Amino acid sequence: MPDATRDRNPTTPYHQLRGPHPYMTDVMRAHDRPHSQLPRLAGSLEYMDAVIETAGLRRRYQGFEAVRGVDLTVAQGELFALLGTNGAGKTSTLELLEGQAVPAAGTVRVLGRDPYRERADVRPRIGVMLQEGGFPTELTVMETVRMWAGCTSGARPAAEALELTGLSGRGSVRVKQLSGGERRRLDLSLALLGRPEVLFLDEPTTGLDAQSRHDTWDLVRELKEQGTTVLLTTHYLEEVEVLADRLAIMHGGMIATSGTVADVVAERPSRISFELPLDRFLGDLPPLAALGVTAHQQSGRTVHLETGDLQQTATALLLWARDEGVELRGLDARSATLEEAFMEIAKGLENTGMENGKGLAGAAPEREGTRR
Amino acid sequence: MTPIARTAQAPSATSTASTPQATTTAAARMIALGRAELTLLLRSKASMVNAVILPSVVAFAMRGMVNGLDLDGTGLSVATVMLPAALANALFFAVYTNLVGVYVVRREGLVLKRLRTGELRDWEILTGGALPALMLVLVQSVLLGAGMTVFLDAEAPAAWHLVMAGLLIGVAMLVAAAALTAAFTRTAESAQLTFLPFLLVTMSASGVFAPREVLPDSVADVAAWLPFSPVMDLLRGGWTGDLGAMEQLRAALVALAWTAVAVYGVHRRFRWEPRH
Repeated sequence: MPDATRDRNPTTPYHQLRGPHPYMTDVMRAHDRPHSQLPRLAGSLEYMDAVIETAGLRRRYQGFEAVRGVDLTVAQGELFALLGTNGAGKTSTLELLEGQAVPAAGTVRVLGRDPYRERADVRPRIGVMLQEGGFPTELTVMETVRMWAGCTSGARPAAEALELTGLSGRGSVRVKQLSGGERRRLDLSLALLGRPEVLFLDEPTTGLDAQSRHDTWDLVRELKEQGTTVLLTTHYLEEVEVLADRLAIMHGGMIATSGTVADVVAERPSRISFELPLDRFLGDLPPLAALGVTAHQQSGRTVHLETGDLQQTATALLLWARDEGVELRGLDARSATLEEAFMEIAKGLENTGMENGKGLAGAAPEREGTRR
Repeated sequence: MTPIARTAQAPSATSTASTPQATTTAAARMIALGRAELTLLLRSKASMVNAVILPSVVAFAMRGMVNGLDLDGTGLSVATVMLPAALANALFFAVYTNLVGVYVVRREGLVLKRLRTGELRDWEILTGGALPALMLVLVQSVLLGAGMTVFLDAEAPAAWHLVMAGLLIGVAMLVAAAALTAAFTRTAESAQLTFLPFLLVTMSASGVFAPREVLPDSVADVAAWLPFSPVMDLLRGGWTGDLGAMEQLRAALVALAWTAVAVYGVHRRFRWEPRH
């Protein structure tokens, strides 16, 4: 978030702070409600406007609970990413936020309103891209956009919508002749057609080639800079690292962890590995706890260490090596990655520390129990 | 892709051009959807044959059968059997069987699911999608009515308001029936068959081709309560002019009651996305 958003007076409406939203037509501004009417939030988001809020959200299908108590808050202008394996409940949650279904329990608020019961107020202000959008295959791209424009308040001109996603030259092509990536971009064009204040993107870049994916990232980043609130799901961790202000990793219908990328990664231990010379043993090292090491494992000559403070542990280790004249071959020190955080949650938060012999790859995230 | 900044450089050009577009209305949304559906209908040869050519062919081809009917004592003529039958044909093929396919194919193609994310309400999606079929049946009714009147050297309808009422209620009933049938149809292929039960029952027992008067009395009494029977009574009454006020009222109410049942069924059972 830009600092201006964080520090400003909470009652200042958006357009007074940063000028009018570049996409807002007069019509849109007229029915745009002051954000100061929205409820205030506790904690770090205290001075931000909550655009999406859920509390205790649940969703059931026959005999199966897909969403089991999700609490989410997304501030105005924020890009929030929902991660999780297939079946974690991302799309089910998103559909509740979009007002496609009624939650079995809990509340949803989008722009301060119930997206299902007050859909007439909410829909003109949001844009939705489903994981699998459907368009009649025999219509051309331009016919599809025109049809949607006729159903969308304050729609952009069709040509502009296609230009945004690089489909300008494809207007006269039938939808059935588009590539998978082009269909995703058409879907995105339609989501952007009404200059939405809130954008829901369910796996927007799945099936895109690398170039199109980067173009989509640029587009989403620009929309965000112009004040659009974005909630997206994705399987690409790089996408989250590049775009997201905050993220949540879902597992089994619940949010396993959430925060900024740095927050989520900071929960995971950093790793150091090296080979000891033949005449040195693990016991020759200074006491590991004093180095900040939280877990260790040795396989052959190679030592693996985990630490919550990489700099402290690495410094102490290297000073010891210098003082003792020890060569640490194959020295490797690295912070945790989002991928590690994701993989551990995806595995169901198994508590498999080094001591029980399963090695680092399956290490549990928390510094607790035997690993303390 | 073009950066937004570039398109936003000419905001005056784009935003002033689009300002008159306030929040959309239900009518505007349905027309936009209906226009797209009309384009699709015109591009589908199979739909055009079924919805446009079939009713006319059937209407004229049934003359031989109607000539063979024993109409003595029914107060009917070849013309007062064939004209209402021609309209019923147009209703069934242009509206009912056509829309069963449209709803199922759009659902299976995830089009309905996508439409529901926008500003269109559920009933607008079903109604908007039906607009081309309604246009089609209107045009066909006029052409078939005029064509057969000339072809059979028939009289003009004695009670125009009954013809109009029959058409309007018939359209409403068959749109709802098509959506309800689509709710029980799993795939686009099965949509080629699932319209048959209602179609066959109606054609044989609701007095579409052979008036119910030629059926055995006990069967005719039951058949009078079938959904489409009162619509046929209204249409035929429009040409003969001998449907009494109470009978008109009864026919309209029974037809509307069946329509309400179908609408309620759609409300409860319609599926907006494919089964997984």
